[in-house]
Amino acid sequence: MYRYDEFDETIVRERVKEFRGQVERRLSGEITEDQFKPLRLMNGLYLQLHAYMLRVAIPYGTLSSRQMRQLAFIAREYDKGYGHMTTRQNIQYNWPALVDTPAILDALADVEMHAIQTSGNCIRNVTSDQYAGAAEDEVEDPRPWCEIIRQWSSFHPEFSFLPRKFKIAVTASEHDRAAVKVHDIGLRLYKNSEGRTGFEVLVGGGLGRTPYIGHVIRDFLPKEHLLSYLEAILRVYNLLGRRDNAYKARIKIQVNAEGIDAFRGMVEEEWARIKDSGVDLPREEIERIRRYFAPPPFEKLPRESTAFNDAAASDKGFARWARVNTVAHKQPGYAIVNISLKPPGKPPGDISDEQMEAAAHIAERYSFDELRVTHEQNICLPHVKKDDLYAVYQSLQAADLATANIGLASDIIACPGLDYCTLANARSIPIAERIAERFSAAGVEDDIGELKIKISGCINACGHHHVGHIGILGVDKKGEEFYQITLGGSGAEDASIGEIAGRGLSSDEVIDAVERLVDYYRANRQDGERFLDAYRRLGLDRFKEAIYADAQAA
Amino acid sequence: MPTLKLREGALAPYKDAKPTEISLQSWRDGVRPEGGRFAIVVPNDTDIREIAPSLASFSVVILDFPKFRDGRAYSQARILRDQLGFKGEIRARGDVLRDQAFFMARAGFDAFELEESRIEGFTEALRTFSQVYQPAADDAVPAWRLRAARAVAA
Repeated sequence: MYRYDEFDETIVRERVKEFRGQVERRLSGEITEDQFKPLRLMNGLYLQLHAYMLRVAIPYGTLSSRQMRQLAFIAREYDKGYGHMTTRQNIQYNWPALVDTPAILDALADVEMHAIQTSGNCIRNVTSDQYAGAAEDEVEDPRPWCEIIRQWSSFHPEFSFLPRKFKIAVTASEHDRAAVKVHDIGLRLYKNSEGRTGFEVLVGGGLGRTPYIGHVIRDFLPKEHLLSYLEAILRVYNLLGRRDNAYKARIKIQVNAEGIDAFRGMVEEEWARIKDSGVDLPREEIERIRRYFAPPPFEKLPRESTAFNDAAASDKGFARWARVNTVAHKQPGYAIVNISLKPPGKPPGDISDEQMEAAAHIAERYSFDELRVTHEQNICLPHVKKDDLYAVYQSLQAADLATANIGLASDIIACPGLDYCTLANARSIPIAERIAERFSAAGVEDDIGELKIKISGCINACGHHHVGHIGILGVDKKGEEFYQITLGGSGAEDASIGEIAGRGLSSDEVIDAVERLVDYYRANRQDGERFLDAYRRLGLDRFKEAIYADAQAA
Repeated sequence: MPTLKLREGALAPYKDAKPTEISLQSWRDGVRPEGGRFAIVVPNDTDIREIAPSLASFSVVILDFPKFRDGRAYSQARILRDQLGFKGEIRARGDVLRDQAFFMARAGFDAFELEESRIEGFTEALRTFSQVYQPAADDAVPAWRLRAARAVAA
């Protein structure tokens, strides 16, 4: 893991000092809420429906046990005993008092964390594959590049007042777990035909009101030129991106209005001017950062674990959990363990202070002191010995963290919705809870297999409904909450935007409709076919019939 | 509105005689005021490279912040300094707030139009950070360069 040196420490501390001054000016009445707004937004502090909300960055999703314990402490001391994991590897606290926020930022700085650029029209927290450094299919650990981007983008003097927020994601695997195709910039590290590793650069993806899949702007970018190329893209965007309408101000609108070829032309022209101007890091600094992400001291182990096999044979619950929640590790004898934050009946992504403590303890003992948070609002332990899996499972069970549903129907992404958010038209969390309960209670989740349900409480699409295999969008119809279904979306390497299935449904109807969709899929799928693949084969019309069959009859 | 000049980290009121202002549009129309060099006012939606051939005629370039959120002039300033090699004054006009001071100075601005009552806060804001991560148009040395220097010394 990256560790701050005195330069990083100084910058984060000076930021806290500046924010403390701003809060004091606000509390004394020297500045109004209006004047305070842009300042607090630069520090991840939003005013929500009931209270302030503080968004804390978990850069590229990586946490140590010590950091996780500090997040638990903050939840206990300054909030109502829980935090909420977001879709961009941040944690949100929903109830902090304004007067406490500088102390919270100090507590974060004590463990090398911050809330810098978690809001505002700037480059946001850079996100990555939660399995980085552990995935079987990655070409190299993408996190050194994420840290390089984090530093470069922090308080960037030119790009802190962009037309709109700007999100960058990095993956190094064939299987995209970081949703790089729906980011403002998506970076995919891969090995080209000559055996060199570099970035495929995508630009102009995004969700929100106008969803787009990103375009490839450069097939192959030599790694050492990453920062100058990013700077060229950002400069073209900062100068020419629209500013007249907040809904048209993301880079995706500019890229699609200009056309990717014209946009690429401008970026390449600018890049030619600056690529050798000293923006890129020297090899020594790249190596310095890379060393922090050296693999942990793995033991040499056989691929199979007898202890694991014995436990799985005697404990069916464990066997199922291991099948659903663990993933192959690149190191023989190890596994990646996912911890679901989607127990049926609970808001997706919420975690209590005690659970954070428990997860920290387990990570310290069994996963080289490391945890990850995922864009699907779960957490994971990247490096667990198969021999230890049963012990890990039992510890997770004791903390109510052993829900076995990763990638299944009840592993739902949902935004905070009308329960918390000022922008929402409809509630998301209760819909997620009811769908999850319906499928997990029926015990059919395993049979359904991979199914990504994503729920947004309004058109801003924070719940990523556009890229759900089944997406649900909350809309307001004459003061009543309605839900529109989209089908066939994906945020992974096979990215696509879901198609709207038809008129909105009431909250009761939508739960039934999802169940009918799943029933239709189970009745018509071919061997081993996922919901998404069956949808792509059979098409919108047939699934649409399934949704409205009963509604029409009634 | 008084103009404050940034010299060695401190702000001071303008002492020199102010150069004559001319808008970019007038310059395009061929207006050439008499004598000396001018301060050209460039809107933030024009390509700053347009004035590259005439830069020798200007001692000051005035860039606009119609709203503090509108950050186009940061890029214009950086292009002026880094790519066009402009050594004269770059002045920020419009919605100039203390919370942008640090960024403006790094992007290449060295003069700011603001009320004198705001000098103190603005000066304080210029010193928000003693370390920076990235090279820009000022002479601040990025952390990675200091790290390298330290590694060599060790």
